[in-house]
Amino acid sequence: MTVTKGESAREGADDKGDMTGGAGVSGDGYTPSERRLARERYTRTRARRATAVAALSTLVTAAVLYLVVVNAPGWPRTKETFFSAHYAREALPKVLEGLWLNVRLLLVCGAAVLVLGMLIAVARTLRGPVFFPLRVLAAAYTDFFRGLPLIINLMIVVLGVPALRLQGVTVDPVLLGGTALTLTYSAYVAEVFRAGIESVHPSQRAAARSLGLTNRQALRYVVLPQAVRRQVPPLLNDLVSLQKDTGLVSIGGAVDAVRAADIIVGRSLNYTPYIVAGLVFVALTIPMTRFTDWVTARTDRRRAQGGTL
Amino acid sequence: MSRSESTPVSDAPVLRMESVRKTFGGSVVLRDVDLEVAPHTVTALIGASGSGKSTLLRCANLLEEIDDGAIWLDGEEITDPRVDQDAVRRRIGVVFQAYNLFPHMTVLDNITLAPRRVHGVSRAEAEERARELLERLGLGGKADAYPDRLSGGQQQRVAIVRALAVRPRLLLLDEITAALDPELVGEVLEVVRGLKDEGMTMVLATHEMGFARDVADQVCFLDGGVVLERGTAEQVFGDPRQERTRRFLRRIVEAGRL
Repeated sequence: MTVTKGESAREGADDKGDMTGGAGVSGDGYTPSERRLARERYTRTRARRATAVAALSTLVTAAVLYLVVVNAPGWPRTKETFFSAHYAREALPKVLEGLWLNVRLLLVCGAAVLVLGMLIAVARTLRGPVFFPLRVLAAAYTDFFRGLPLIINLMIVVLGVPALRLQGVTVDPVLLGGTALTLTYSAYVAEVFRAGIESVHPSQRAAARSLGLTNRQALRYVVLPQAVRRQVPPLLNDLVSLQKDTGLVSIGGAVDAVRAADIIVGRSLNYTPYIVAGLVFVALTIPMTRFTDWVTARTDRRRAQGGTL
Repeated sequence: MSRSESTPVSDAPVLRMESVRKTFGGSVVLRDVDLEVAPHTVTALIGASGSGKSTLLRCANLLEEIDDGAIWLDGEEITDPRVDQDAVRRRIGVVFQAYNLFPHMTVLDNITLAPRRVHGVSRAEAEERARELLERLGLGGKADAYPDRLSGGQQQRVAIVRALAVRPRLLLLDEITAALDPELVGEVLEVVRGLKDEGMTMVLATHEMGFARDVADQVCFLDGGVVLERGTAEQVFGDPRQERTRRFLRRIVEAGRL
């Protein structure tokens, strides 16, 4: 099997790696003991068995799923309404066209959310009586917008604001939708930042203050950099979430990927475009999710080595 | 033997505490503590864990607010609520038991942060002084390393450099060898000895009795938040007057630490 071959090759490489630290391969005169060889034989057998079990169980699961879906009484109809190749071809270009709006919304709202979230988080940590109203305001803001369902927030802003017919206030559903997204997500991101700020050990602040740094300087140079670094994984997580929620601006009539699919569905009564739009969003999110995983893994690795970080 | 006696001009104490009282919740940590630290002298605070040594240092640096009494730094009452606390801390260097280096900054950035941001020194000038100090403490090659790549002894020496970089009037050392492996203690104490020779005024809380006896001009034995006994190192270690001091020192000797 190829697996065993690859493994033994890797072991050879490991062996060399071990020895470079010592006196060198030839000078060392090391020959693996029978005990080590037996141990490695056993590990290889076990790895081979694990691979076989995994392959078999995947195959069985897939087969069962396939049979259940295909033998469902409504499958032929469902196949036509949700997985029509014809409508998929028709929908894809329009959906992709609409997706450009989602991407732009993500970039602009993402930046706005990070700035606003940071300001709110810092406002919540300010001390001193002068900042009392600011602290209360920031706390009320996060409580309110974290509790308010995003869809209701969007309806209020996108449909409610134009209804006021205020002079000089935009009625553009994209701008209003973006505003609503920013309002909600800033509340989430503010909490992420605040958790980061609070996770920095008080002794760091004490060290900064004992050097003569003011409270603000300690926050800026010592606390915030550490807090932000630690919170990168959860922040990226919120950005992934924001990315897909940009699809909700369609409720105001903005032609994004979801709305583009909606238009075709309305005309054809075939739901395939929704599936297409959904898959496009998933495809857009996957790189970001993988990136988040990678960053998280890197942070964990560092923490395992570093101790203090 | 102490330098202050040979330089009578600057004999006014650098640090003076009078009737300092500090409580945490219901428990009294410092009661009626008096202390005078003359320029260019080393004061060692000894005593069991929880006797108030660390709290005394934190109060001197205004990291803790005292309940009663007063503290003067160079004749200025720093416990006056109208005093700018940041300005006071600028004149006092602190080295902590757990080093408290900033993990996200290189050694050089750790050291130059306060000179640049607080004292307005240019980057070039701050880095030059930092490198010079690092060199002197045997850390020449570590300027661009991150703290978590250094041994405990190296980290603590960096922390000392960081405290010295702002040319403090007074250096407070809070059990700076307590977190170190035994074989690393020596290199840090050597640095403190060097600073004494240069005339730095220091107050140190320590469990290293041998070192305290060696280096201190004044030794204060704290017990239950009270300075129970004070005097020269010879007096306190050689001929303690209080029964409790004697008992404490006997325990130390039995533990093989003196």
